[in-house]
Amino acid sequence: MPRGSRGTPEVNSSSMADIAFLLLIFFLVTTTIATDKGLTLTLPPKADPNQPPPDITKNQRNIFKILVNSSDRILVEDEPMTDISGLRDQVKEFILNFGQPDEETQALYNSLPASLKALSKRSESSSDDPTEAVVSFKADRGTSYDVYIAILDELQGAYYEIYGERIGLTADEFRSLDRKKPDEQEKYTIAREGFPMNISIAEPTKIGGN
Amino acid sequence: MAKFKKKSSTSQQISTASLPDIIFMLLFFFMVTTVLRESTIMVKQSIPKATQLRKLEQKKLVSYMYVGKPTDTKKFGSEPKIQANDAFIDVESIIQFIEEEKGKLAEHEKDQLTISLKVDDETKMGIVVDITQKMRDVNARKLMYAASRRAED
Repeated sequence: MPRGSRGTPEVNSSSMADIAFLLLIFFLVTTTIATDKGLTLTLPPKADPNQPPPDITKNQRNIFKILVNSSDRILVEDEPMTDISGLRDQVKEFILNFGQPDEETQALYNSLPASLKALSKRSESSSDDPTEAVVSFKADRGTSYDVYIAILDELQGAYYEIYGERIGLTADEFRSLDRKKPDEQEKYTIAREGFPMNISIAEPTKIGGN
Repeated sequence: MAKFKKKSSTSQQISTASLPDIIFMLLFFFMVTTVLRESTIMVKQSIPKATQLRKLEQKKLVSYMYVGKPTDTKKFGSEPKIQANDAFIDVESIIQFIEEEKGKLAEHEKDQLTISLKVDDETKMGIVVDITQKMRDVNARKLMYAASRRAED
């Protein structure tokens, strides 16, 4: 029998769509799109028990104090605060104050773009320069985690916005710089030059919580 | 008018021949992006929102700890607990957990271990602080508070 007369056998593909749908739905349900994002920070090294804690000789004007108690009330520079949305600008003003810069930090000030210079009040009663300025954040064991994260977010945001603005990027663009690429690493270093992220997270009080 | 009538008289059918292709495309997208969960999470997880998020570069240098109220409150109570690798651990065994995680890494990567803390937003700071203290004790100083994106206003 000649082969041609049988007709070529064909696989019925009409159920292909159904099979694909089934698989699709399975993956839709099991998918958790990777959410490896968050606020990064580096903890200070462990305190050496043989050495006494170092004396703190910082002037009060160089410390920006944030306290949160166990009922989530916030105290910023001894003033109660209910809405934290203004915190970021306060922190930026504090860091960029340049009250009493020395030669080196005066040069740093001169290198800033005009938009950042405008925030600088050069007040005697606020921070001397960005290397001296420390943002101190102290919570209580009873503080809720989301308030803590919200404040930490604002503090880091203040720094990232300054870093970004120095090299003409937004805070978002600065954070997504890929430090594996040499040119982006260079930008990153330039942006952070002279502005250490001095966020000091103090050991919390034990009034509330467990 | 006749022109228009002629056109409408032919019955129009949408061809479904390309449907399987479209579905397959979607399927491949989801297959590629899917990360199957390695461990079942036994604590409540509603991750707080934040704006200043950074991505973690190298996944293999990351270890996860989950903190929150147990979902099975009858069995485990309603106090926040720490989960690492499929089991609840207490604060004291965090050191052991981190040492184990460090042991999985090559020598030069050991100090690069990042702990990603996935903490439920209803948790109080006390337990989180205990974890960070233990991390400092074993010199695992890279920390990430996991958070999801909040639209900036």
